[in-house]
Amino acid sequence: MQLGEKAGLKPSKPMRDVFGDALLAVATENPKVVVLDGDLGNSTKAERVRQTFPERFFNIGIAESNLVGIGAGLAGAGFIPWITSFSSFLLCNAYDQIRLSIALGNVNAKILGSHGGITLGKDGPTQMGIEDLALMGGLPTMIILVPSDPASMHAAVKAATDHVGPVFLRSSRVPMPHIYPEDNCPFEIGKANVIREGTDLTIIACGLMVSSSLDAAADLAAAGIEARVVDLHTIRPLDEASIIAAAKETGAIVVAEEHLLQGGVGSNVARIGAANYPVPMRFVGLSDVYVESADPADLLRKYHLTSDDIAAAAREVINAK
Amino acid sequence: MLETEIKGGKVESLQSIARELRLDILEMTTKAASGHPSSSFSSVEIVTALFFGGILQYKEQNPWWPGRDRFIMSKGHAAPLLYAALARAGYFDREMLWTLRQIDSPVQGHPVQGLLPGVEATTGSLGQGLSLGIGHLLGGRLSGLDFRAYVLLGDGECEAGQVWEAAMAAAHFKIDKLIAILDYNKYQETGPISREMALEPLVDKWQAFGWVVREVDGHDIGAILDALYELQGVENRPSILIAHTIKGKGVSFVEEDFTYHGRPILGELAEKAREEIRCS
Repeated sequence: MQLGEKAGLKPSKPMRDVFGDALLAVATENPKVVVLDGDLGNSTKAERVRQTFPERFFNIGIAESNLVGIGAGLAGAGFIPWITSFSSFLLCNAYDQIRLSIALGNVNAKILGSHGGITLGKDGPTQMGIEDLALMGGLPTMIILVPSDPASMHAAVKAATDHVGPVFLRSSRVPMPHIYPEDNCPFEIGKANVIREGTDLTIIACGLMVSSSLDAAADLAAAGIEARVVDLHTIRPLDEASIIAAAKETGAIVVAEEHLLQGGVGSNVARIGAANYPVPMRFVGLSDVYVESADPADLLRKYHLTSDDIAAAAREVINAK
Repeated sequence: MLETEIKGGKVESLQSIARELRLDILEMTTKAASGHPSSSFSSVEIVTALFFGGILQYKEQNPWWPGRDRFIMSKGHAAPLLYAALARAGYFDREMLWTLRQIDSPVQGHPVQGLLPGVEATTGSLGQGLSLGIGHLLGGRLSGLDFRAYVLLGDGECEAGQVWEAAMAAAHFKIDKLIAILDYNKYQETGPISREMALEPLVDKWQAFGWVVREVDGHDIGAILDALYELQGVENRPSILIAHTIKGKGVSFVEEDFTYHGRPILGELAEKAREEIRCS
């Protein structure tokens, strides 16, 4: 069973390719956009810009600290840098540079963390970004975006470029099926999208887990359970109103993320829920674990990140109401 | 007038500015009862030459003028010196200096970009300034602006890998508008550099990374100016001026006493220090 198949979603090309298209689109539209690469442009697909605008593309090499610093300097010279690499290498190597040279001074730089989550698969845990959202969560000025399909990737790259200030955007190696019409994705930074209505519970998800949540909602509907599904494409600023509305109107929440639960999206959603309108909650994600090299589908099954896992959490949370 | 006389007069007036900056650093850190006066003292002549010796091109009334030369204080703990120089250059009211490290003041313990005019970069976690300078200059190249970037490095921070990542990149991109100045005062926080983490042979290291290297007495303003004029003419390669300095320069009982790193000069000692600087 393909991701999104139960929900009737159309398959797409890999998200990294969509990112490459989206980056080229903003670079074409805005001559202030420059792209910095940590020698992974053929994997992140940032190299699409190198082919078209070589003068605005800089491979800084395998030196993430310097990559971030040079990007911040280009912002200081009035450009809009997209600093690109795998989220694991970029954030873990250059966290202090992101903190000082970008976040603290509210510098207008954009950070692409590619290969987020575990679905890069066979290259294994050394390359996986399972802590990126938690790390970026530790930087108070950093906008955090996690697109869930091709249209939202295009919209997110455009919104990030237009926003004045630091933005982190997470991309993935794998395809995510089409959720939104290709030319019409509602995308406002900080405003979550309700993509399925329901009254029995709300599933709040980001990235890959959004289509899994729609699959889960289709299964639940067959059993007479109507789930609201929220695409939480912005992790900061968090759409508190949407979370509180979900709690009040559906009385139970499941949060699903391809990320560690510790410090992840669920913990942020729970903080808002607990402070404003406590309802039973369940969390689908990785719990204090590093995963291994394997086919992405096998990993999602073994580490309980499938639509079946989301549906099981939904049944459990409804019983706790 | 003969050129040597002009230069002699200029250097003399710059020495007087240096003395005033030292006094400002002392007052700021003594009033704040914290900060890094000794690390600021060692860089005073370098910063005086840059800001007041005609090296840096800036417009204090239009601080973010795109064509400005960049000055990046990579050794962020010398923030008091940066603030004193900016205030003297007219970027902001000198009275601001006395709010260093106080609640609600933009005059932060270490520089934070965006809080004060003229503060180009957030620094204080060491090793980051050179990369920023490269970024500004790659941007300048794209914009067709020919400004320079001057990055003041501490010696201790040359232990950080990012400095050498940046050194490699600056040579790779042939960034000849980049002039680094290394305040080589020979001490880091916990002791002499040669004892804690040896940097030598430093000239060879920078040369091996493709840089033009000059050495100078970092307290001789005339010599600093001559070296900087020479380095401004370098083409296709970045350059570094290794300035041999004395940590705590100007206050005898602080000079070369590494325990004064991050320690203000308080009480009667402050008056003694004031006297020594005035009479220097």
